Amino acid sequence: MLRGVDLDVGTGTTALLGPSGSGKSTLLRLLNRLAEPDEGSVGFEGRDVRELDVLELRRSAVLVPQLPSPLPGTVADNVAYGPRLAGREADVGRSLELAGLGDAYAERDASELSVGEQQRVMLARALALEPRALLLDEPTAALDAEARDGVERTLSELSGEVASTVVLVTHDREQAKRLADRIVELRDGRVAAA
Amino acid sequence: MTPAIEVTLGEVAATLALIAVAAAVSLWRRADLESDIGLAVVRSFLQLTAVGYVIQAIFDSDSLWLVVLLLAVMVGVGAFTASRRASGVPGALPLVALALTVAAAVTLGLVLALGVFEAEPRYLVPVGGMVIGNAMTAAAVALNRLGDEVSDSAAAIEAALSLGATSAQASAGLVTRSLRSGMIPLVDSTKTTGVVFFPGTMVGMLLAGAAPIDAVRLQLILLWALLGSVAMSAVLAVSLAQRRFFTDAHQLRER
Repeated sequence: MLRGVDLDVGTGTTALLGPSGSGKSTLLRLLNRLAEPDEGSVGFEGRDVRELDVLELRRSAVLVPQLPSPLPGTVADNVAYGPRLAGREADVGRSLELAGLGDAYAERDASELSVGEQQRVMLARALALEPRALLLDEPTAALDAEARDGVERTLSELSGEVASTVVLVTHDREQAKRLADRIVELRDGRVAAA
Repeated sequence: MTPAIEVTLGEVAATLALIAVAAAVSLWRRADLESDIGLAVVRSFLQLTAVGYVIQAIFDSDSLWLVVLLLAVMVGVGAFTASRRASGVPGALPLVALALTVAAAVTLGLVLALGVFEAEPRYLVPVGGMVIGNAMTAAAVALNRLGDEVSDSAAAIEAALSLGATSAQASAGLVTRSLRSGMIPLVDSTKTTGVVFFPGTMVGMLLAGAAPIDAVRLQLILLWALLGSVAMSAVLAVSLAQRRFFTDAHQLRER
């Protein structure tokens, strides 16, 4: 799907822009090693991802999926999931606050929230791991305009405050301009413009 | 030992009257099952007669090696059948064969060690057949469910993986659900046994003239042994199959 992509994502927010099928999501999956490249290599902080402990890598470069997929249980269960696996205590309140959700959400059943609220839970769940890189796969694709604006506001407020590197996959050029410091365009699995 | 019951071929043939009823129902309601019914009659006659002679030969020879060989063939056929039903699980055949072998060996080993049965072909062949047959069904149901669960929950599994879960952690819930679906039919039928239906061993012993209490006790031994073997088979099959869906780097394999 991706061919001859030579890309260096630095600190700040980088938008990967392109139509569906251009390989944007695949690139994110390569970055946290949910998928493996047929050829070539992927590095994180200067090291080949294959040399890193894959679980640690995924806790450092956390992917927020395009469609919310809440785990069974409350919002707090969802937010605490990643840190608990790593043997750490999660700061559920702070993660929810960063993701734009109040404390009142903590004990609600995650599966009963609206899609927009669930997407924020996905964000809070990722932030609870205190990642160094945040990989956002079309974070507003499933949302209506109002919910999208809200999530975008949250994402702008986050930049600089949490993960030092944010990779945002989007097909929306305007959104890329609003949120990113840098835009990389992908077309047919190649970098079209950077 | 003198046979407690003798059945003539004439008596078997007389039962074809009931087959005629089945065929007539099919014809009358156009269920289009006549040829299947015919095939079922022929196959059941040939298969059971053949296996009857095989078992007779094994009893006559009194060789435990022949018993092991027969059980190995049953495991092979059972593994093949179960793995075909578990088409969603890549490379299911060897792991089902392993699950059935372990379930049969441990179950038979335990009942022998506990002195429930003596190590004779007339106990080992029928009990082994029941153990393997039930273990096969449980493995097939559990693996079929596992394949469905993994393809239905791929997004949720990957979401958990991307939060740093191992493949075992990310699939723990669906592995448990698959295990339950493999075990529940026998658990339920054990709960209702004697109330909703009479199990086969008990029926056979009563027909053969055994005292009801003896028939019941033997039936209990078998049901309880089957529960253990079904649990072993299902848990082994799903645990081994779970790994087939993931790479060593905790990635869900593309299918």
